[in-house]
Amino acid sequence: MKVLVPVKRVIDYNVKPRVKMDGTGVDLANVKMSMNPFDEIAVEEAIRLKEKGVATEIIAVSIGEQKAQETLRTALAMGADRAILIVSETEVEPLGVAKLLAKIVEEEAPGLVILGKQAIDDDSNQTGQMLAALTGRPQGTFASKVEVEGDMVKVTREVDGGLETVSLKTPAIVTTDLRLNEPRYASLPNIMKAKSKPLAQKTPADYGVDVTPRLKTLKVAEPPKRSAGIKVADVDELVAKLKALGVAA
Amino acid sequence: MKTLVWVEHEGGAVKDATLSAITAASKLGEVHLLVAGEGVGGVADAAAKIAGVGKVHVADGAAYANALPENVAPLVVELMGHHDAFVAPATANGKNIAPRVAALLDVMQISEILSVESEDSFTRPTYAGNAIATVQSSDAKKVITVRATAFEKAAREGGSGSIEAVSGGGDAGLSSFVGAEISKSERPELTSAKVIVSGGRALQNGENFHAIIEPLADKLGAAVGASRAAVDAGYVPNDYQVGQTGKIVAPEVYVAIGISGAIQHLAGMKDSKTIIAINKDEEAPIFQVADYGLVGDLFKVVPELTSKL
Repeated sequence: MKVLVPVKRVIDYNVKPRVKMDGTGVDLANVKMSMNPFDEIAVEEAIRLKEKGVATEIIAVSIGEQKAQETLRTALAMGADRAILIVSETEVEPLGVAKLLAKIVEEEAPGLVILGKQAIDDDSNQTGQMLAALTGRPQGTFASKVEVEGDMVKVTREVDGGLETVSLKTPAIVTTDLRLNEPRYASLPNIMKAKSKPLAQKTPADYGVDVTPRLKTLKVAEPPKRSAGIKVADVDELVAKLKALGVAA
Repeated sequence: MKTLVWVEHEGGAVKDATLSAITAASKLGEVHLLVAGEGVGGVADAAAKIAGVGKVHVADGAAYANALPENVAPLVVELMGHHDAFVAPATANGKNIAPRVAALLDVMQISEILSVESEDSFTRPTYAGNAIATVQSSDAKKVITVRATAFEKAAREGGSGSIEAVSGGGDAGLSSFVGAEISKSERPELTSAKVIVSGGRALQNGENFHAIIEPLADKLGAAVGASRAAVDAGYVPNDYQVGQTGKIVAPEVYVAIGISGAIQHLAGMKDSKTIIAINKDEEAPIFQVADYGLVGDLFKVVPELTSKL
């Protein structure tokens, strides 16, 4: 089966985001950008399925500015076979992304779509579920284990109290949680090879999808700052503080 | 506005996160509930007693037993014919179902709201809680998930809602529930605990984690949490994890032991009322958010603390 892996270019997870002074957003100028960590896990899982002989072809797709090409090249260097970039200079919301992905799903008919569970920039945690809704496919979200068995896929999910397992009819949509796997690093020869792998460029208009945002950001502010605390000298002082807080007798 | 709140329940009881979602929904208007599951008559009765609740829609059937989104979402969409907003707690189940509903209704979901500013505008955290965005929705119907720690819990008693059975579409035939492996704990639940004691990588192994963190937690009547490093190293199961990719908590007191304070961890606990940090590294970022910090070796300091309480 074909596996489709959507990837997003986001601020690097090690960078502390800075809110712009005018409250219009987060300052992304000259900030290191990388592939969303959950998407790396998705690419890795797709490659492992290919190595097991389950997946036949891996298509990576990204929606965003031209620079998202770099993110797709990373996926290609990890082991994806080809890539599609849908260029949009304005930010596309999860609903718009899901609609575009639904069109690609229609064209490519992948047996599995593996997405990250959330992007670390907007923290929405929506796209996979929305894509499943739009394509009428079952969803296995927050996956920590994925096993394809015939025309079913068994997904172990991380839920609030522990783990649960669901069985989905393929074609299906899976979103990755952190513990699904440890993504590999692309080797230098593979990075070189990735440069010659096919990368198609499209626009939202090519798919006839309206990506006008439904949510308007009125303001972006820094979270309230915590007032500076104090260091206590020893355990006795800490015990006294806990007693003052009413949590210790 | 008429809002429909999805009720998360377990063992016949309404979960706390739903009570917070009801408080958020009540700021939008009339509150109706949806109780879906198998054999949920008791849950529906309990739900009808929650303060401020109008109608309780009950979908009782095997198809709804395990909150499979393929079966629950179409049911919600049907009820959204006469509701203006769908509200779910931002729990694993809520996050699983709500976006599926939103896409079926062709609306953008507003995730994990922290406050209701008006009928159509809300605040929500982005960038791991490093930026708070105020967003305005232009969609006719709203689909919202609620961060439970940002809203008070609605009272479990005092309401007198009416109960109405709904059937929905039943089993969509796309998915089935295989089984669950739920971690057992006699301590308070992490997301609703008043006090949390959390351990990090510095504990070195699972035995130390149990021997050092748990006695202190028991003394304080606290829930036990962990950093991702401690979970990845296998000291504790992953549902202990506090952070951007784990649970978001806001207890009265959060005690971070041997946790450096990476931004992903802070995203999960920095709204705690009082933060106490114990770490041997004086420069650890956790001290920048801690109200009380103790610099010292946790293997010496924590047992001493436990014995003195």
